[in-house]
Amino acid sequence: MSDASNWTIFVNAALINNFVLAYFLGICPFFGVSSKLETAVRMGGAVSFVMLVASVCAYSINLVLEAINAPHLRIISYILVIASTVQLVEMLIRKLSPATFRAMGIYLPLITTNCAILGLALFQTNRGYNLVQAVVFALGAGAGFALALVLMAGVREKLDLASVPDLAKGTAVAMVVAGILSMSFMGFAGLGR
Amino acid sequence: MTAPGIAQQPPTSTWSMYRAIVGIGVLCALVIVAVYQATAPRIRDNQARFLAAAVAQVLPQARATINVTMAGGGGLAQSEEPGALPVFLGYDDDGKLVGAVVTAEGMGYQDNIRLIYAYSFDTQTITGFKILDSKETPGLGDRVEKEPHFLANFEALSARLTPNGDALLNRIVTVKQGEKTEPWQIDGITGATITSEAIGSIIGTSANTWVPLLVNGAGAFGIDESSEAP
Amino acid sequence: MAIKDVSSTDEFVKGLWRENPVFAQVLGMCPALAVSNTAINALTMGLATTFVLLMSGLSVSTLRNFIPREARIVSFISIIATFVTAVDYLIQAISLELHRSLGAFIALIVVNCLILGRAEAFASKNTLGRSVLDALGMGAGFTCALLSIGVVREVLGSGSLFGMPVLPDTFQTWTVMVLPSGGFFAMAVWLLVVNRIKERQAEAEKLAQEATS
Repeated sequence: MSDASNWTIFVNAALINNFVLAYFLGICPFFGVSSKLETAVRMGGAVSFVMLVASVCAYSINLVLEAINAPHLRIISYILVIASTVQLVEMLIRKLSPATFRAMGIYLPLITTNCAILGLALFQTNRGYNLVQAVVFALGAGAGFALALVLMAGVREKLDLASVPDLAKGTAVAMVVAGILSMSFMGFAGLGR
Repeated sequence: MTAPGIAQQPPTSTWSMYRAIVGIGVLCALVIVAVYQATAPRIRDNQARFLAAAVAQVLPQARATINVTMAGGGGLAQSEEPGALPVFLGYDDDGKLVGAVVTAEGMGYQDNIRLIYAYSFDTQTITGFKILDSKETPGLGDRVEKEPHFLANFEALSARLTPNGDALLNRIVTVKQGEKTEPWQIDGITGATITSEAIGSIIGTSANTWVPLLVNGAGAFGIDESSEAP
Repeated sequence: MAIKDVSSTDEFVKGLWRENPVFAQVLGMCPALAVSNTAINALTMGLATTFVLLMSGLSVSTLRNFIPREARIVSFISIIATFVTAVDYLIQAISLELHRSLGAFIALIVVNCLILGRAEAFASKNTLGRSVLDALGMGAGFTCALLSIGVVREVLGSGSLFGMPVLPDTFQTWTVMVLPSGGFFAMAVWLLVVNRIKERQAEAEKLAQEATS
């Protein structure tokens, strides 16, 4: 278990070492979904939820793996559990809110290949977080991811109305925006200590 | 994703599903285990060699070391298990205890930092430290590894114990660059504040736990002069 | 586009430019930006990904008639995870230091959309030979893209290339380039360059077509 306080873990994951803007995890959905504010919010919510579930599952699996001394099975067991979690979440959303399900379309299954979820599981294992710390970490990471996504979507919606050179339209200008967002988030360093 | 003409595929039989999933599962498990077993000795060697070199760097007088960990009921116990955070007792050619090397880790700016530091029983100071593993920003956070004035902190960092020997008399802490007034303070690096504070916090917390244990318990161990050097 | 018409060399070459994973398909960006702060990290990541691409493409192509449609994704993921684990331990055995600088990103190769995408779109539908060429081509294209970002970031951000200083000490390094923002900026600039070249190519083709018509 790590010495860091829960508050430090949360702020670190959400702001200082934001998963998207500092660790480069979750870039595919970040650029794919962030063109519309509404989809961004939904995606952020879905990813946060999956992160929470995945974090608890990863913690439990790691306990088993350590008990049977099989660290080499970590990658394959984590990714299979994440894939199943996403399937479950997909079925849940389809049942509870068909409208949301239709709006999210292809992006829901794409959460499986979202590096952020697997990255979350691996980081919490490497840093030796206990269960409470892992949950706080997941909440912080999800909040940070959603925040970055929403910020990006807001900017991109405005950019659509601006006159961007043809060459830079789409991904190139989005990258520049992401770079600037990333720099601004660096200003949070030192918060929560 | 399938072309129109193939739409009329018969539904897959349960048998071929089971066969595929179990078959793939078994194949994957075999490959993983095989690679793991094949590379394990080499990896262990690499890690041992790296750690031995690092220990030799912070405690150059040591010719042989023994591993110790925290014993169940408090105190120290000898251990051959490398463990996650090994602690070494270093002995010179005459079998005399010259110092201890402790591994510690904690959160830096970017990610976990793992380091080792050397403690000298004679002078009751920390005499050196070395980073084993860090992902701090090159040019910023990684200055803690190179900057001479920061490294000079660790030539004689005071780590005296309280009179009853259960904790450090003065907690080791990092201060702003140029503000060091006491021998147990670490003069930080402006521009790499978070990382230098992290180093201070990691070493401080670890020393607070380990120095009392080492001072009180290290005498119980010894090494034959005939032991081989690491 | 009938598969039979595509020559073998084209299977390899398309991964380098026309369907470059990073600059054209915009896939596998997480590692492209995360580990490209130095050239050696970029190179190692590129080679590791190529290895996984190759081995999984090989396996998926060999087993393609054995895997029923419904079990596709689970099988592909398992196979990819297996080879990622393998490359993780192989890198540890070769160089602990490299493994440490890449950190968790080696394990993250398993969620690189590129590998799953190629398994699904190509290897599961093509012969072993073509799948191998496709995997090698995509891997080479990915490695080149990663290297291009890594070289720029390392030279501008640390004044060195593969650890050896290449710029004089008087050069004030652009530290931002080794920070996450630098990754985004470097990627943006390369995208602009690539888009410009593609634009020029399209113009030239159009002129050539008009000339012949």
